[in-house]
Amino acid sequence: MEPLYPSVENGKAVYDLDSQKYLKVWQGPQHPGVTGNMSLELDICGDQVINCKTHVGYLHRGFEKLMERRRYINSFPLVCRICVPEPDTNEYLFATAVEALLDVQIPLRAKWLRTLNLELSRLASFLMWTGGQSGAFGMGTVAQWALVQRDYVLDLFEEWTGARIYHMYMIPGGVRGDLPPGWEEHALSILEGVEKFLDEVRHVMFNNAIFKSRTLGLGVVTPEMVDRFGAVGPVARGSDLKRDIRKDNPYLVYDQLDFEVVTESGMDTYARARVRWREMYQSIDLIRQILLKMPREGAFHLTLPNILHLKVPPGEVYVRAESTRGEYGYYMVSDGSAFPRKVTVRGPSYAHAMALLEHLAVGVNIADVHGLMLSLHTYPPEIER
Amino acid sequence: MTKLFEQLQQHFSVSDFSQPQGNQAFVSISREQAVPLLTHLRDIHGFTHLVLITCVDWLEQSRFQLTYILHNHNSHSDLGVKVFIERDNPVMDSMHHLWEQVRVYQRELHEMFGIVFPGSPGLEEPMILESWTGPPPMRRDFDTLKYSQETYCHRPRDEHQPEEHMKQKLYPED
Repeated sequence: MEPLYPSVENGKAVYDLDSQKYLKVWQGPQHPGVTGNMSLELDICGDQVINCKTHVGYLHRGFEKLMERRRYINSFPLVCRICVPEPDTNEYLFATAVEALLDVQIPLRAKWLRTLNLELSRLASFLMWTGGQSGAFGMGTVAQWALVQRDYVLDLFEEWTGARIYHMYMIPGGVRGDLPPGWEEHALSILEGVEKFLDEVRHVMFNNAIFKSRTLGLGVVTPEMVDRFGAVGPVARGSDLKRDIRKDNPYLVYDQLDFEVVTESGMDTYARARVRWREMYQSIDLIRQILLKMPREGAFHLTLPNILHLKVPPGEVYVRAESTRGEYGYYMVSDGSAFPRKVTVRGPSYAHAMALLEHLAVGVNIADVHGLMLSLHTYPPEIER
Repeated sequence: MTKLFEQLQQHFSVSDFSQPQGNQAFVSISREQAVPLLTHLRDIHGFTHLVLITCVDWLEQSRFQLTYILHNHNSHSDLGVKVFIERDNPVMDSMHHLWEQVRVYQRELHEMFGIVFPGSPGLEEPMILESWTGPPPMRRDFDTLKYSQETYCHRPRDEHQPEEHMKQKLYPED
């Protein structure tokens, strides 16, 4: 009898697609969402993937090119659109890069408000991920619960900034406004609900036999692979590496908050899911700490010269922040004019989605590829900025 | 970071040291020494994490600036290595053997700026711009308006100004 799987030479499977033993199928790009804006070209044998190739380019909007031809403040409404689940990180990094090049310090109160905004957006994005990850393994109910909770968090954003998804709240020089009256009580009551939901997730998701059997051992990223593939964020922390930018290179007021870096040693999809689930508790805790410690008085915006005629001194800077997927970074080069010379966005899932996914998908059951993508938290618009 | 720069100077002809933030520095290096320098930084100095590779188009000086940003997880510091290459003949040594994700960056740079990395796997495959025939679009002399006018036909548009439209449709006798 012929062997079922093709022979491997130099780390690559050698097989003849015309032999009728193998099948080429495309996953995506039909589905609107995290996994659907890119497509995977899968060669399968039975129901096992033997070769995977990622294709992107379905969501290219040319942000970096657009930014080169706009003034700094005109680029501002663009940057948040690079990442739908987590626009605030983009706003924060763009504003910080401009401030670093201008060499100005924002008021203390603005720093606290920015931290609060970033943590809240991390929570919203993690909740959306919970929906995706549980849905990918057939638990549609958990997905709906998660998205309901996310919607409550978006309500908070709407009350605070006037917008649900793209807040455009952190502008160069500070933030756009103060917390509305009564917001804090509303926020605390919603956080209570989210915490209750997370306790339920433990029972229905992490103790679920199907979820556990499908995720344990799926997509193993060893600590040696992390640097070789450029993996960041929960993927690195799921491999027992203590890396969190909020701790390592503290920005804003993270050095004044009390938290521990969450790590798991499982290295697989289950461990990464647990990292994210525990980080949701951490986010809730951080938001409560911020509300307790935040100064209630003081300016939240710096007086800048007329922003439409603002010329930024020549120089270059790289700024980074910890998003839900890991290290988000902006590299900004200025040539002294009113327009940025170049803005490069380092999307955290750039390395995950192309190099790492192609490597991990080999040998995986075709039904688990979707869950693997969500476990790496790939997000195509970050790849094709 | 100044100490690191002095150490590097003993082995490589690095220049243009600048430090925009406390734990972040940028240096320049020639194209020939770039691969040895990055290998040295990764293996000896602990800059194991490649953050990004990008290109800045200095059209006026007719050169490309390739920036490799490396991060050290022990000292939590960044080092940006800048390599200037000719704009008319953009060739750069490939580093796909150092990090796995480099080939993706190089594919993107090849497509967006037309930089050639000899030996980089899958370099010629289209990544984002499938069936693109124009010049590399991220170059600064690429005229987006001219390209779209030449490539796509103009679709005439019915303009219904509310005032005019209502006048014609609702009160034609007036």
